Amino acid sequence: MSNFWRWFWAVAIGGSLGVFAVWALVTNDRLFFVTLLNGLTLAALYFIVASGFTLVFGLMRNVNLAHGSLYLLGGYVGYVVAEHTGWWLIAVAAGFVAAALLGLAMQVSIFRFMQGQDLRQTMVTIGLSIVIADLLLWTFGGQVYQLSPPDWLNGPLRGLPVINAYSKYRLALLPLGIAIGLALWLLLNRTRVGMLIRAGVDDRAMLSAAGVNVNLVFAITFLIGAGLAGLGGVVGAVELSMVPGEDVRLLLASLIVVIVGGMGSVTGAAVGAAILGIAETFGLAYAPTYSVVFTFVILVLVLAFRPRGILGQPA
Amino acid sequence: MSAAQWRKAMNSGASAQVWPREQRALVPAAAPSGAPFASADENARARLWQRISARHVLVMALVLIYPWVATPFFTFQIGAQALGLGLIALSLTFLGGYGGMISLAQMTVAGIAGYMVAIFGTSSMPEISLGWPWWVVVPIAIAIATVCGTLIGWLSVRTEGIYTIMITLAIGVAFHYLMQQNYSLFNGWQGFQRVLTPEVLGIDWRAPIPYYYLALFWALAGYFFVKYLVRTPFGIALQGIRDNPRRMNALGFNVTAHRVAAYAVAGLIAAIGGVLLVWYNGLITPGSVGTGWLINILIIAVLGGMRHPIGPFLGAIVFVLLQNFAIDVFDRERFNLVIGAMFLAIVLFSPDGLLGLWQRFRARLAASDVQSRISTPRPSRRFVKGGSQP
Repeated sequence: MSNFWRWFWAVAIGGSLGVFAVWALVTNDRLFFVTLLNGLTLAALYFIVASGFTLVFGLMRNVNLAHGSLYLLGGYVGYVVAEHTGWWLIAVAAGFVAAALLGLAMQVSIFRFMQGQDLRQTMVTIGLSIVIADLLLWTFGGQVYQLSPPDWLNGPLRGLPVINAYSKYRLALLPLGIAIGLALWLLLNRTRVGMLIRAGVDDRAMLSAAGVNVNLVFAITFLIGAGLAGLGGVVGAVELSMVPGEDVRLLLASLIVVIVGGMGSVTGAAVGAAILGIAETFGLAYAPTYSVVFTFVILVLVLAFRPRGILGQPA
Repeated sequence: MSAAQWRKAMNSGASAQVWPREQRALVPAAAPSGAPFASADENARARLWQRISARHVLVMALVLIYPWVATPFFTFQIGAQALGLGLIALSLTFLGGYGGMISLAQMTVAGIAGYMVAIFGTSSMPEISLGWPWWVVVPIAIAIATVCGTLIGWLSVRTEGIYTIMITLAIGVAFHYLMQQNYSLFNGWQGFQRVLTPEVLGIDWRAPIPYYYLALFWALAGYFFVKYLVRTPFGIALQGIRDNPRRMNALGFNVTAHRVAAYAVAGLIAAIGGVLLVWYNGLITPGSVGTGWLINILIIAVLGGMRHPIGPFLGAIVFVLLQNFAIDVFDRERFNLVIGAMFLAIVLFSPDGLLGLWQRFRARLAASDVQSRISTPRPSRRFVKGGSQP
């Protein structure tokens, strides 16, 4: 595409978004800022879930379509633990551990034996997601569960400029997402395991030839990726509700986040999550019946101009 | 390579999988030589008659006689539904087995056709449905769905392999949510009820036996169309692209155009299946194009096997039988568990589906048969896989 068209599209899209922002600010600035905060906090949740997805993909080329099921499993486990202990933080840890263990079991017992067969692995994850979703439905039934937030995050935070009050819990999602992003960055860039993972992303065969136990690196990555889905499940169980079907919703969100952001890139997941979260909430606030269309248009635009996602590298 | 050899390669049922690479590379060189093809036509016809075996006649007779033997329940719920679903899964088999592209959005294409039938035709929502006669509605619905299928293809061929699965899944799920949220055109989660099969030539096509034959006609048409298409130059080129897109590109084939064309063909097949399915159900709702059904189509195609167009129909029969009778054997609500576990087992242990199982079984049988008489080496796996047709 020529430079002119690049500029043309940038101005056309950026300009129309700018016009919309000015219009929204002038007509109802409170709605605009509340929607923006909603979008960013939703983006934080999407990022937590999708970063695990993209981490696993980046290293193993394994599109884990059971990621949504791991999310839902984490949520349910967290709910049960919170019911029994009354500690929200323990529930978060339990959700992380449960999903991580299931993910580890999947990697060790199945995916290890079909390394390199991308399509087959993907189909296996589809089968697993059906089975897990049905087992969860069997155990927990179809009713809606909702986890209550811990006391110190319950209720609204008052006295904010323009928007007056905002849910403390939702606001806390934002630093949580940033913290997890930073932790992942530190893990990947400052530790030995992270170094091995990055080396594996670049060249699996060479890493193995260098004497590293690649299977162990794979297992650790799967552990972290699946655990992040479970953690997202518990965190999301407070804000969204837990009900069969949520797994598909979060899977779709993860898919779009990594397609838009670029597969295998954690930074890309952050960018994609921000775009998707904001687009979804603004769509719901300003054009409720067509909010999905916005998401879809973003997907189409990104695929049309950058088929590998905004920050994607050629495989 | 001589034209005769080329013809032989074309007519041996082996499709592209067992060809040596040099033969595949010669596709464009052999095509323009016009003269030998006049006799090739007669030759092919003679071969066609030779290739029809007792097995084919038996299956044909069976599907034709079936509704007169079976109860209306078996004719309609099992037979006709399996044919309709099989037709949609056939479009995926064509894309996946011959084009190497696994699209989860084929049910979406079928759903678009179904929604168009409901919107342009008659339904329980007269404020939305336009109430046009069926002979206008059906071509429009199929045309729109085919165009949508092509557009989905145009979008997803920008990516490869597993990316395709993800993007088509995203498109399919997004379409499902759009249907659910939009009330002005798609009537939200209620969808459209009472989308009835028209009465034509004094026959009520909704009755089990006429509907069965309607579905059978289109299923056979789809089956033979795909069988024919994969042997045309287009089909051969498509299989070449499946096996090695870079080489085909270097040979001067437009890889993207072939892929998009494959999506268009698959879209047409899925659209016809969609029209059949909306008539079968008599309704269409967002649930009919939900994730469950997107994946069910994949399950049907994989269950049967993607190496031959008969696969999806086999898969559909097993799927529909399980759907109707798993309830009796297992818990009422546990159908998903059963079908999920079965899908998992097939993917884990027999990637070629039921056809692969059958082929392996036959190979083993033949091998043990030969071995018991004279100890010759067993045929290689690769030969057995591609060389004989189920």
